[in-house]
Amino acid sequence: MRATFAVLAKDLRLELRTFETLPAMVLFSLSTFVIFHFALGRSAVGGQLAAGILTVTLLFAALLGAGRLFVAEREQGGFDAFLLAPVDRTSLLAAKAAAMFLFLALLEVVAVPAFGVLLLGPALGPRLPGLIAVLALADLALAVIGTLVSAIAIHTRARDMISPIIGLPLLLPALIATARAAAPVLSVHGSGAPPGKWLLILALYDVVFALIAYAVFDFLLED
Amino acid sequence: MVDQDQQPAIELRGLTRRFGERAALNNVTVQVPTGTTLAVLGRNGAGKSTLLRILATLLRPHGGEVSVLGERLPQRAHVVRSRVGLLGHEPLLYRDLSGRENLHYHAQLHCVAPERVERLIEAVGMGKRADDPVRALSRGMVQRLAVCRAVLHEPAVLLLDEPRANLDPAAVELIEPLIGSGNGHTRVLTSHDPGPAIEDADLVLGLRDGKAAFVRPPGEVGAQQLRELYG
Amino acid sequence: MTSYGRGLRGLSVATIATITVALALVFFYAPLDANQGFIQKIFYIHVPLAIVALCGFVVGGLLAIAHLRTGDRKWDLRSYVAIHMALIFGVGGLITGSIWAKASWGHWWVWSDPTLVSFLIVMLLFATYQPLRFSIEDPERQARYASVFAIVAGAFVPLNFIAVRMAQGVVHPRVLTLTGGRLPGSMGLTFAVSLLGIALLYATLWNYEIAAKRARMQLRRLRRAALGDDAAGALGRSAAPS
Repeated sequence: MRATFAVLAKDLRLELRTFETLPAMVLFSLSTFVIFHFALGRSAVGGQLAAGILTVTLLFAALLGAGRLFVAEREQGGFDAFLLAPVDRTSLLAAKAAAMFLFLALLEVVAVPAFGVLLLGPALGPRLPGLIAVLALADLALAVIGTLVSAIAIHTRARDMISPIIGLPLLLPALIATARAAAPVLSVHGSGAPPGKWLLILALYDVVFALIAYAVFDFLLED
Repeated sequence: MVDQDQQPAIELRGLTRRFGERAALNNVTVQVPTGTTLAVLGRNGAGKSTLLRILATLLRPHGGEVSVLGERLPQRAHVVRSRVGLLGHEPLLYRDLSGRENLHYHAQLHCVAPERVERLIEAVGMGKRADDPVRALSRGMVQRLAVCRAVLHEPAVLLLDEPRANLDPAAVELIEPLIGSGNGHTRVLTSHDPGPAIEDADLVLGLRDGKAAFVRPPGEVGAQQLRELYG
Repeated sequence: MTSYGRGLRGLSVATIATITVALALVFFYAPLDANQGFIQKIFYIHVPLAIVALCGFVVGGLLAIAHLRTGDRKWDLRSYVAIHMALIFGVGGLITGSIWAKASWGHWWVWSDPTLVSFLIVMLLFATYQPLRFSIEDPERQARYASVFAIVAGAFVPLNFIAVRMAQGVVHPRVLTLTGGRLPGSMGLTFAVSLLGIALLYATLWNYEIAAKRARMQLRRLRRAALGDDAAGALGRSAAPS
């Protein structure tokens, strides 16, 4: 636990110092909303279409952010520094996933209202609680898979390519669940509550992949 | 019960480590008594860094036996980790954080009291620049901070890869008390330059293409042995 | 003395025999489907290819677990061959599935079929296996990372099918389910024999490839031992474990 906090604090401090990741994710999301407006020729979307756009935008922003997760470790000796310490190796997984989750949450603080203003037809306000529930579970999935895939990709030659091509298929079930759960929330006549079935699938996905990531992560670090 | 003083601090028996089809280290055997210094010499690619990284628990041995302070690797790596200090080519410091922040990060990972960080920073003469980001420091200063990092957790065994690189004589004097032979540390020292390394050593291991060409006391390392290694 | 391809001859004969019987059944025994006509018979190759491919992926994951647990590289070789064979069979499954879709429903691809869609997603994932291996130079790390991938991807297969099936909602009126629930007797027998034939084909090819790779590695080892480290030459570009 102590090690997880140490790594997380270090990463947050680094982000505050360099601002390398979060602003880029935010800008990317905003640009993507604009692109969707022109690509779809729509000024207001609702229901499944809105859920799809929001989900896809978050996904790509997450992959962008995940790609940066281990770069400092790789290029500045951070892996060695961590591996030399008498700590549980999976605390690195926990710390990085936590950092990723925080970045996504902060991203959404800007991107979701922006989405509400730029593209969403129905009013965002009353729909927010339901949406937050969906996004919280989705962010967990993106954080776990993003960390796992990024850790695999960091030691490869083509790390910027490997990350998305492995991450996208892996995330598909979570994306399906996210988009399906958010659709009723974002529709004009919807009840505002996300359907329980999809939240359950998303939660199960989170748990299963968190366990799998926990089980295999050690093997990615050892040499 | 084996008397702790009698047991060598480092014992390698037939140590082998492969890289794909080649052997980076091939059947290396040497014993390093506690409190002594082993100098490891050889050309680039002879296996010196690989040997250090195995002792630092960063690499697993593929064959043979490795014991550090009586603990077998890789099974007891988690125990050995807190007792060895590695000073390699990379300082292992984040360039955008200050020296102080970096050292406190390592201190947290190793469960070391913050006061020790401050004492070490003073000891290497970095008091004034410890809050500057590492990327703004000269190589000599970075090396001094790296020395602090390596000895932060008071390891019994020091693994030093070209420790005096980038340092002017004044700086060398500052780090000598931390990593020199006077403190009862067991040390493994690698160097491209045989002369100073041999002077510093109690035992010399010559590596060629991953194999141990010789294991001799420094007095018995002459021109012929060096030709074997570098010629 | 190492022997390569032990039992391979017997396996090959069994495979050829079974496939021959299967083909005979398909063309002369199995009844013609009332709705789809002759083209329906492609189902006897499409579904077995898909099933064997999916099993191959899962087996690849299990072999990868063995590799990580024992550290023995032979498990990595087996895992690699299992996945790479399964990919080939899977491409065959996708192509035959597409042909069947066109013949039955008039489209080369249908989104309403959850099994086909899940299968596509799984193939997209496993298609990254070889690029991943290619892009890691250190052989030890390559084997280890490939095994981690195989385990994660293998666990993904069932999860993916469940999620996509739930997403599609509508039960598409297909003649068959994967459990072969509503197949009439004669079709069922033909299907079973075809499945067996394809499975045996997979096993035979798997064994052939393993034998070939092991022999090549041994040859390299012997050359290096006899003639020095450089005599074996550089390995060509290959994702295969060495």
